[in-house]
Amino acid sequence: MIKKIRILIAKPGLDGHDRGAKYVARALKDAGYEVIYTGIRQTPEAIVRTAIQEDVDFIGLSLLSGAHNELFPKVVKLLKDQEADDVVIFGGGIIPESDIPFLKANGIRAIFTSGTPIKDIINFIQSCK
Amino acid sequence: MSKKLTQELVSQILGGNTRGIAKAISLAENGLAIQSKEELIDSLYSHCGNATIWGITGPSGVGKSTLLDKLLEHLRRDNHKVAVIVVDPSSPFSGGALLGDRLRMQRYATDAQVFIRSMASRGHPGGIAGATGDAVKIFDAAGYDTIIIETIGIGQSEVEIVKLADVVLLILVPGLGDEIQALKAGMMEIGDIFVINKSDLNGADRLQSELQYVLNLRGKDKSGSEYPLVMTCATNNKGINELYDRTNHYLTTLTQSGILTRKRRKRLEYEVRAIATAKIREKIDFNSRLETQLDGWINEIWLKKASPYKLINQKINGLIKEMEHR
Repeated sequence: MIKKIRILIAKPGLDGHDRGAKYVARALKDAGYEVIYTGIRQTPEAIVRTAIQEDVDFIGLSLLSGAHNELFPKVVKLLKDQEADDVVIFGGGIIPESDIPFLKANGIRAIFTSGTPIKDIINFIQSCK
Repeated sequence: MSKKLTQELVSQILGGNTRGIAKAISLAENGLAIQSKEELIDSLYSHCGNATIWGITGPSGVGKSTLLDKLLEHLRRDNHKVAVIVVDPSSPFSGGALLGDRLRMQRYATDAQVFIRSMASRGHPGGIAGATGDAVKIFDAAGYDTIIIETIGIGQSEVEIVKLADVVLLILVPGLGDEIQALKAGMMEIGDIFVINKSDLNGADRLQSELQYVLNLRGKDKSGSEYPLVMTCATNNKGINELYDRTNHYLTTLTQSGILTRKRRKRLEYEVRAIATAKIREKIDFNSRLETQLDGWINEIWLKKASPYKLINQKINGLIKEMEHR
């Protein structure tokens, strides 16, 4: 038996567009991962507590409202507070190119904007393990 | 995992540490460090037995998670510390899983007295995961007084929840078939409390009378009363009070009459039997290196050089002899 990789796909913030998150969740399931999907409008606190309870290896954050510079680093910080910063965080959604360096500098390991082939996300996950 | 790390994990669990509990469940699920897992469960065992265990089961889409979310409201109002284990199926093709049950209960994600854990079935038949029983023990030892297990959406024969739960809530909805379906073996035999959810749908009244008929044929429940049948509509909170009260009443009666103790003893019997059988199987599998031989057997049978029972009996007898001579 091998260790199963567990991934939390979560949507922080107030936008209700979850098609992208659901697409990624489903595709990662098809790639053999265990994916926990929590739905829209999650607070960073709820996301971090969920990640710890579910003992996930990755958190994928999806956000389309523009609040990523605020909310993504918040998740990173809360994880660190819980001494759970071994969890790898990646993000996706409508994120301007110019914000990516800031997010990466704040603990988001990778950003996948719209149009990214799912293979890229899978390769990223594999490269982290 | 070293002995020291395992003992550290044990003290974290006994102290109610969320991360420790979560890691321990993964340890039980992954089956990578069998010895550590066995040590862990053995160390926790004397601290177990204080929690009340609820099972929620029924076909997929009947509203199990939504009902569970509503029941959590009542359990929290009564100040219970609750652990929820939600099981969803793993894909037999990719091995992956989409675990989406906790989505319905995310309002409890930040409640320090509620711990929700999703489990993928990982090929385990019966409606729960192979490590669900271990997860129950971990939560029990960690001080959760109520543990609720939601099974995968079940068909007729996924009834393993009875081997873990003190009380089983079987959730049905209108439109699943006539009373003949309800007379069949399997699913209908495991309910202690019967629930017709989505009672606002057409056909709910008919299902109620058909189910009542079937339950009358079944006679009295373990506490000597009629089987409770509750109509609910989880999305608008209808019938949840009654369901909660009936479940508690059932549990109280069961406890006072001493039936619960007998039920738990019986469950232990299942468990001991299962561990013993698994251990025997492990030994035989290991010694015979079944996997390495299997292909040859299949080939012989495929080419019709041998017939299945004759060949397998012969080979197994040979292997047993080999083991005895060691």
